[in-house]
Amino acid sequence: MTERTVQPHEDWSRPPAATTGAIGWMRKNLFSTWLNSAMTLGALYVLLTTIPGLIQWAFIDAIWGDNPPEVCKNVPGACWSFIYEKYRFILFGVYPWEEHWRPLLAMIIFLTLIFGSCIKPLWALGKWIIAIWVVGLTMVGILMWGGILGMEYVDQSQWGGLPLTLFLATFGAVLSFPLAILLALGRRSNMPAIKAICVAYIELIRGVPLISILFMASVMFPLFLPTGVSIDKLLRAVVGLILFSAAYGAEIVRGGLQAIPRGQYEAADAMGLTYWQKMGKVILPQALRITIPPMVNGFIGGFKDTSLVLIIGLFDLLYTTRLAFQDVNWRPYFVEGYVFCALIYFCFCFFMSRYSQWLERDLVKGQNY
Amino acid sequence: MAASDHTAAQPDHDYVVELRHVHKWYGEFHVLKDINLQVGHGERVVVCGPSGSGKSTMIRCINRLEEHQRGNIFVEGNELTNDLRQVDAIRKEVGMVFQHFNLFPHMTVLENLILGPTWVRKIPRKDAIDTAMMYLERVKIPEQANKFPGQLSGGQQQRVAIARSLCMKPKIMLFDEPTSALDPEMIKEVLDVMIELAEEGMTMICVTHEMGFARTVGDTMVFMDQGEIVEMSPPSEFFANPKNERTKLFLSQILSH
Repeated sequence: MTERTVQPHEDWSRPPAATTGAIGWMRKNLFSTWLNSAMTLGALYVLLTTIPGLIQWAFIDAIWGDNPPEVCKNVPGACWSFIYEKYRFILFGVYPWEEHWRPLLAMIIFLTLIFGSCIKPLWALGKWIIAIWVVGLTMVGILMWGGILGMEYVDQSQWGGLPLTLFLATFGAVLSFPLAILLALGRRSNMPAIKAICVAYIELIRGVPLISILFMASVMFPLFLPTGVSIDKLLRAVVGLILFSAAYGAEIVRGGLQAIPRGQYEAADAMGLTYWQKMGKVILPQALRITIPPMVNGFIGGFKDTSLVLIIGLFDLLYTTRLAFQDVNWRPYFVEGYVFCALIYFCFCFFMSRYSQWLERDLVKGQNY
Repeated sequence: MAASDHTAAQPDHDYVVELRHVHKWYGEFHVLKDINLQVGHGERVVVCGPSGSGKSTMIRCINRLEEHQRGNIFVEGNELTNDLRQVDAIRKEVGMVFQHFNLFPHMTVLENLILGPTWVRKIPRKDAIDTAMMYLERVKIPEQANKFPGQLSGGQQQRVAIARSLCMKPKIMLFDEPTSALDPEMIKEVLDVMIELAEEGMTMICVTHEMGFARTVGDTMVFMDQGEIVEMSPPSEFFANPKNERTKLFLSQILSH
């Protein structure tokens, strides 16, 4: 009797090699059809022709370190010495040079507040978060203005660069948000007068470019004020940004409100909840979750729109960058300046984008719907 | 607006709900035609009729999810008018269960149950949780308290919805086709809860096609067609001996198989 040997079977415990791993992935995503293969190869060609040149310019041929402009003459690569020379001006504008530690510290506090508020375990602090913000913003204000504790007073007309851009963007976004919600609720109100006012406001603001609103806030608005009364330029810019983004935000929130099924409104009504309880507890928590992606899209847009405040003479980050290469010695190196500025913008926008994706996923965790 | 000419209208305090000559139009379309209905304490009314007959619209008028345009509606002796405080006061006393459950998907089951008691009835949170757990026991799903509605089956969701209404300690429960959106195997678990509720003496108005349920617990059958109450009688008589031709036709259609 011969011992029966088990025939080596085809292995069913794992999928065929050609459908998994790197090769499987490439087959599926890059070379699935003729068109797809052609596009893959085309993209590869474009990358191969541009990337090496870019690396050559930005790193290999570049001049690094603190050098005078003459060193960069006739060099094919980037002249990062320009950034070494000018980064403090780009970041802080015309803020007095010896006092730069103040906006730097203010900015660190401000960013700590923002990033700290994004960290979920810290939300457990609840109402303390507001208190922390108040304390933090007071410190930022003291540092920026000075005038006490032996710090020299610096008028806000001398503020500039990154702190200014961050202040404008943050206050524009944060303060426009509640206004946007109120406008959206107003637009869906049963009360004709409130509805009409909200519709008129939203349509009017959306129909006008941001530049003209900033311009009006800056040039026209003071004409209507009695002589002697003046509202600060920076404040007017912030108010202009808030009013502008609120109109766009309102339409985003309205979209979210419309996406909530009627049954949710009815169930809340049937329970006897008041209008504000219904909105605050049932409708808005659901509607705002849906609006996270378009809202963040709006915030990112708003962050970059702050660069328009240059037309009313505020020195935001982009404007200080441009002023930096107005210096006769460094004029040829504007590309380096823009790259530096773009990287800063990119870091913040990319953070917002990633954070919103995380937030969106986190909020639906466990809810399965 | 005829709903406001109630100078002479006085409620009859023997009834929990009373509808007098109620009319409603959607634009030109006359959805409710001269509806008269009285529901006494502990009475179980089952409303049936073909789709589009105005059944849902009628019970939705009782807690003002729809506005009637003519006639009077009294709930617990209070008339439903445009006075919003009056409407909110009445809604506190009227529980409603919907066809599609309408649980709040962003809250856990327990949070769904305590929302009304804590915000509308202003009951301390701890007491509200105790009551909520008591009702979850009664609908036999206490173990689901901390899940989200989306993680439950349809039948479980509807039982949560019933518990949610009960947590408000309503004087009357309205059921708007509570089993129509359920898979067949889940209908019974919901009907069992409703039967138990009826046996405890809850005043109920149920829009449903579950004729077995109607026979078991109903005190009064109401048959509606084209916006009118065509026939109203106790179930024994209603099923054995329908008077109206339209009722006969309807019953033959739903009982033929």
